[in-house]
Amino acid sequence: MAPAGNSRRDRGTGRAGGAALAVAAVAIVGGLIVVPLVSVFVQAFAEGAGHWWAALADDPDTRHAIWLTLTVAPVAVACNTLFGVAAAWLVARFRFPGRSLLISLVDVPFSVSPVVAGLSLVLIFGRQGLLGPTLAALGWKVIFSWPGLVLATTFVTLPLVVRELIPVMEAIGPEEEMAAVSLGATGWQVFWRVTLPNIRWALLHGVVLANARAMGEFGAVYVVSGHIAGVTDTMPLRVEKLFQEYRQPASMAVASVLAGLALVTLVAKYVIEHRLEAEARDLARARATDDAAPHQTTGEVSP
Amino acid sequence: MSIHVRGISKSFGAFKALDGVSLDVPDGMLLALLGPSGSGKTTLLRIIAGLEFPDAGAIEEDGEDITERHARAREVGFVFQHYALFRHMSVFENIAFGLRVRRTPRDEVRVRVEELLRLVRLEGLGGRKPSQLSGGQRQRVALARALAIRPKILLLDEPFGALDAKVRVELRQWLRRLHDEIGMTSVFVTHDQEEAFELADEVVVMNHGRIEQQGTPEAVFDHPATPFVMDFLGNVNVFHGRVENGRAYWHGIPIEYPDYPHAQAAEARVYLRPHELELSPVTGDGKAVAGDGQQAASLRAQVLRVSRSGAVTRVFCRPDGSDVEVHVDVPSDVARDLQLQPGMAVAIRPRKARVFLPGPEYVI
Repeated sequence: MAPAGNSRRDRGTGRAGGAALAVAAVAIVGGLIVVPLVSVFVQAFAEGAGHWWAALADDPDTRHAIWLTLTVAPVAVACNTLFGVAAAWLVARFRFPGRSLLISLVDVPFSVSPVVAGLSLVLIFGRQGLLGPTLAALGWKVIFSWPGLVLATTFVTLPLVVRELIPVMEAIGPEEEMAAVSLGATGWQVFWRVTLPNIRWALLHGVVLANARAMGEFGAVYVVSGHIAGVTDTMPLRVEKLFQEYRQPASMAVASVLAGLALVTLVAKYVIEHRLEAEARDLARARATDDAAPHQTTGEVSP
Repeated sequence: MSIHVRGISKSFGAFKALDGVSLDVPDGMLLALLGPSGSGKTTLLRIIAGLEFPDAGAIEEDGEDITERHARAREVGFVFQHYALFRHMSVFENIAFGLRVRRTPRDEVRVRVEELLRLVRLEGLGGRKPSQLSGGQRQRVALARALAIRPKILLLDEPFGALDAKVRVELRQWLRRLHDEIGMTSVFVTHDQEEAFELADEVVVMNHGRIEQQGTPEAVFDHPATPFVMDFLGNVNVFHGRVENGRAYWHGIPIEYPDYPHAQAAEARVYLRPHELELSPVTGDGKAVAGDGQQAASLRAQVLRVSRSGAVTRVFCRPDGSDVEVHVDVPSDVARDLQLQPGMAVAIRPRKARVFLPGPEYVI
């Protein structure tokens, strides 16, 4: 029976192929992600938790780097949240000339190398840059300073919040907002009472992703910071500097903090994605055209 | 409150959604905007609500021009096609929304919402989320939410479109009774002529951004103003015929058409509704059995198919010497008495027919 034989052989190779793919996937994930990540923690704690803590807390430059990252990242994320919500609203709710161009431009930070992004900021805000003389006259320092770090970080994380919100807002549609307006709500009331509750999980997802990227950003920040220890060194820059200075345990200690933050992000992301899926199901149910929801006999219309 | 629509036009890009539409809705009337999708009925409803703004024309309420007034200030209750309930709010909060944004005192909100829950027969369900309700219940929450702000006008966009057949009929009757109780000027959009005719005091038939006809359901059904209305109001036989000297002819049967008194023959279309045709048996000698003088007004045909659906039996016949099919609806008891069978010879007599000359605007 040729067909039966064929199908059995197909099934056999299919199973073997599946198993081979699974092994390959586990090997790649293990080799590229799990082992290096674990080794960072192993190295960081090689001489015990005391040494780990000392490496972080006793070096004023490292302390400053941690503090700097924990301030620059939230400010950049806040800028992104404001921009992201406004841009997503604009794109999802209005049709205007240049709309698709705007959608494409928002993605530029994803396709441009962060180093190029940093350099372009130097070209504009640096001493020899376009706005350099003006800024110097005002006494404002952007490059090699805190504002430059925020600008560079905002630039590289720009698409994360917008990209998260646009599809969700388009899926929800404008009807609930229109209903709110027809019921007498002002623009702010519509936003706070209807739009924001509807997009809150997508927004949080974007914020978590943007924050993770902001804290880990190296390239763009490297160019604009001038890596002045204790002044403009963020955590990733500090890791690299300590490593270059052959202070591997200290470098690994800071790296472990960054990796730990990444793990926290991962857990948060997991939880939020569950909520997002629940919301999507809810939306689908609200749109269902048949009477799929549990039918209630009490209160049903009767002649 | 009466609504007056004056020459409203609205385009979306190259698409002309509304083309100089004028319409009057007297105070307290329940009016249906009836038309196929893309006829502009929803756009007109949204313009009345202030959710869209017209390119040209004006909207008046009780003689006051409100064209530029923001939707927020129009005091219009709007029920959306898919209800657009606030998914993250309870039923109670949904209904209370319009009162809350007006900063109505808490006690007053509670009293009003309870009152509305009773009105739409959803007592005890205030704590539920919209996703926990059936389609019919959601529809009633949407209605209660729109009524909470005591609007002067109620607008409903395909209010029963997303419901199953049984709930749809129940809710329809209920809405009619509710309207009679409250007496608020209401406009609803539908593509279902049965719905429009059963519910509305007046029906406005729309097509391609224009109004084809406005009138009571009886007037629109009995005197369709245009071929489109005739066609849209349900299955109808359409045939080519000719017209001359004030008469149109369909297979030799004359139909009075005084609008065309000219001697020169012209092409015309003859519209025959299936239930306005009569079937009678044909005797052995080939003459139709009918009253004296009516023989000329009947047409010999052969029965092709007979299908019974409830109280009405649909009969498809082919007139002798022709290749068209004529659809005749016969009451099922009459069909039984006639013992209709495929192959049988019958006589068709139109009780009523309408003639339209195909004009340049003839579009279906």
